[in-house]
Amino acid sequence: MRGSRRRSIAIAAVSSVAFLAAIGFAIVNAPGWPRVRDSFFNLEVFAESWPVMLRSFGVNVQLFLIAEVLILGWALVIAVLRSTPGPVFFPIRVLAMVYVDVFRALPGILVIFILGFGVPALRLPGVPRDPFFWAVVALVLLYSAYVSEVYRAGIESVHPSQTAAARSLGLGQLQALRYVVLPQAVRRVIPPLLNDFIGLQKDTVLVSFLGTVDLFNRAQIRQSATFNYTPYLVAALIFLVLTIPLARLTDWLVARDARQRAVTGGVR
Amino acid sequence: MRTSTRLAALALLVALVAVFAFIATRPPGVPSPTTGPTSSPAVSPTSAASPSAVADACARDNLETMTAGKLTIGTDNPAFPPYFLPRAGGNTEPWDPAQGDPTTGEGFESAVAYAIADELGFAKEDVTWVVVPFLNAFQPGEKDFDFDINQVTFTEERTAGADLSDGYYFGNQAVVVRADGPFASAKTITELKAAKLGAQVGTTSLATIEEVIQPTQEASVYQSNDDAIEALGNEQIQGIVVDLPTAFFIVNVQTSGNAIVGQIGPDAGADPEHFSVVLEKDSPLTDCVNQAIAALADAGTLEALAEQWLPDKDVPELQP
Amino acid sequence: MSAGGEALRIEGLHKSFGALEVLRGIDLTVAAHEVVCLIGSSGSGKSTLLRCINLLEPIDAGRVVVEGEDITAPGVEVDRIRRKIGIVFQAFNLFPHMSVLGNVTLAPRKVLKRSRAEAEDEADALLARFGLADKRHEYPDRLSGGQQQRVAIIRALAMRPSVLLLDEVTSALDPELVAEVLDVVRELAAGGMTMLIATHEMGFARDIAHRVGFLDAGRILEQGPPSEILSAPKEPRTRQFLQRIIQAGRL
Repeated sequence: MRGSRRRSIAIAAVSSVAFLAAIGFAIVNAPGWPRVRDSFFNLEVFAESWPVMLRSFGVNVQLFLIAEVLILGWALVIAVLRSTPGPVFFPIRVLAMVYVDVFRALPGILVIFILGFGVPALRLPGVPRDPFFWAVVALVLLYSAYVSEVYRAGIESVHPSQTAAARSLGLGQLQALRYVVLPQAVRRVIPPLLNDFIGLQKDTVLVSFLGTVDLFNRAQIRQSATFNYTPYLVAALIFLVLTIPLARLTDWLVARDARQRAVTGGVR
Repeated sequence: MRTSTRLAALALLVALVAVFAFIATRPPGVPSPTTGPTSSPAVSPTSAASPSAVADACARDNLETMTAGKLTIGTDNPAFPPYFLPRAGGNTEPWDPAQGDPTTGEGFESAVAYAIADELGFAKEDVTWVVVPFLNAFQPGEKDFDFDINQVTFTEERTAGADLSDGYYFGNQAVVVRADGPFASAKTITELKAAKLGAQVGTTSLATIEEVIQPTQEASVYQSNDDAIEALGNEQIQGIVVDLPTAFFIVNVQTSGNAIVGQIGPDAGADPEHFSVVLEKDSPLTDCVNQAIAALADAGTLEALAEQWLPDKDVPELQP
Repeated sequence: MSAGGEALRIEGLHKSFGALEVLRGIDLTVAAHEVVCLIGSSGSGKSTLLRCINLLEPIDAGRVVVEGEDITAPGVEVDRIRRKIGIVFQAFNLFPHMSVLGNVTLAPRKVLKRSRAEAEDEADALLARFGLADKRHEYPDRLSGGQQQRVAIIRALAMRPSVLLLDEVTSALDPELVAEVLDVVRELAAGGMTMLIATHEMGFARDIAHRVGFLDAGRILEQGPPSEILSAPKEPRTRQFLQRIIQAGRL
């Protein structure tokens, strides 16, 4: 039994290596390959670019850490506002819905130009002009629209019998939401939340349009200084190294959480 | 993860790394094909060193332009004054109606372009203009113009991807600040070190900031000069660096409330700069264009055109 | 607060879901410390009735009076009323993300504002009383159905309700687990808890109920002591129903 499994692994490994080697060989011998290689895989340019690019990446990291925290909070507010029952809350529900529709429709670059250049141009007293600030605002407005829908889906996936049980004990609507529904809802939507988080990490490059030298801007600067596209490859690699382990970590966290608490009951 | 899966993943990872290393370190095994159309040698069998033969190589009918008998010139859109002036009655397509029209022949670079064309033997009607984004002009690769004229400062690095002609304009970078701002009366580079500066990506203006001024705050880098100007107006940055004629245009025509605080010349330790015309790498036209420029310089035409189209107000040089 | 020892009084309760009228005028009284069992086929409206009493469903007509207070009057604070009425559901509905202790202490802490120590002490006492002391830190998915239902009952008891509503609390359990839950209810009855119980367990009803009501087509067709209703019902439909139950071997 064990022997046959070992054999399968060996075959899988050998075939993978052979497959990749074949692809590699085909690429390397294609016409035009040397120019592609020099343009995109230039080790010298790679070596002199990556330290300064990693430093500029710090801007992106700061941006998404700050924005993500704010998004998780603001999106929850919107999701709750949107779900609050009762006729008196109708205008609030509608406003929340309009907010989501508007910011899901607008391209990020448009929003960032409007907020990053347009608002400071108004010269209103007390209104910040810092591009980083407006990049955070733009990202929070944009992504909260998506994340609030994810929360809403999570909230709606919690069986109404949970709310019924909580309310029957005398808990108010908000209390039931806070102690019973949301803890369950959020756990369920961690994969789509991660999806949006990864999207956010990529969209931090929008700040480059406001002049701030982030990873993308630095890649452009390096590219025009060297006439080589390897800096773009460096940027791509940095993003990959960031997001892929994050995705695997989240998978692991979700699996561990599921093992610890399976969801019970809730038929009626 | 089970041991078997872990082993398989490890094997795959090793294979990927090996392939990447292989790819990255292999010297080009296949000779690289030449860029652009196969160009005939610039020196024909009969030309050798005789002056008349060389001059004939630049005769209009011998020039290997993209379209026989026509000259295709490139520049960016919008085409800004004072390099390109607008056409009375509206610009021709596709030139941005708010700025200049290269086909008028008015404006410093429009005039120089037509002067070079004339030297090469092309009449005004034989000249066609194409839009070429600034950075694209001197990137390596095939070009869709015979030459490009777009305030391209000569740098050694840029010759890696294209041919840059001899200079047709010699000038400096300048710094534009808010007239009511904290740097309006700066006289030295040292004073400007404290400023938040900005420039367009990929320009020698940006290089000037980083190498000559070396400010304490990192410079902001914009996709276009317009964005930088916007940011200056919003006081998101305190100064922008652009070439001097552009600085005049920004301050006098395009915006208000800004001022040129000084130009960055040899006093401040900056290398002298000149604008070059851009041609495809190893273009057969390069020698002839250089000859045309030399002729125009000798005749005093370039100086006259600069005097005619570029403001001649004295701008003080910033001291170190 | 009780008027003449009445814990619960339902008058002329009507409830429709869209075009379907499920409750067509229910009149029922439950005195303090009384145990009333409701029997009837599925769809007769037992669950709906209980959910209406606890205001989970709005009623269309009639009123519900709890300890002398009309809880169906407009402007009544629903949350406050629900503290007085405990309900246990067929599907337990424990909170899966909380331990047993967490489930039981949540409402006392957040609604009654008891301190954590106080709430946990009370919870521990209840859990011990019903033999679940060693499960206090377990999560619901680790408990058997019977244990979960017992925890659900304890959770409702922790709020010290005046009336306890039990909605078919053993119907979702494996037969061997039913007994432990019924024992809990028996003990509560012995302790004087006022209860309104919807159930299929006729033997159990005969044991602990002071009165049994037969719910048929949205009305209480007849009610009376278990000896009367379960052995010698007056109405033919009641007899029919019990016949089917006996045939199914559940009596």
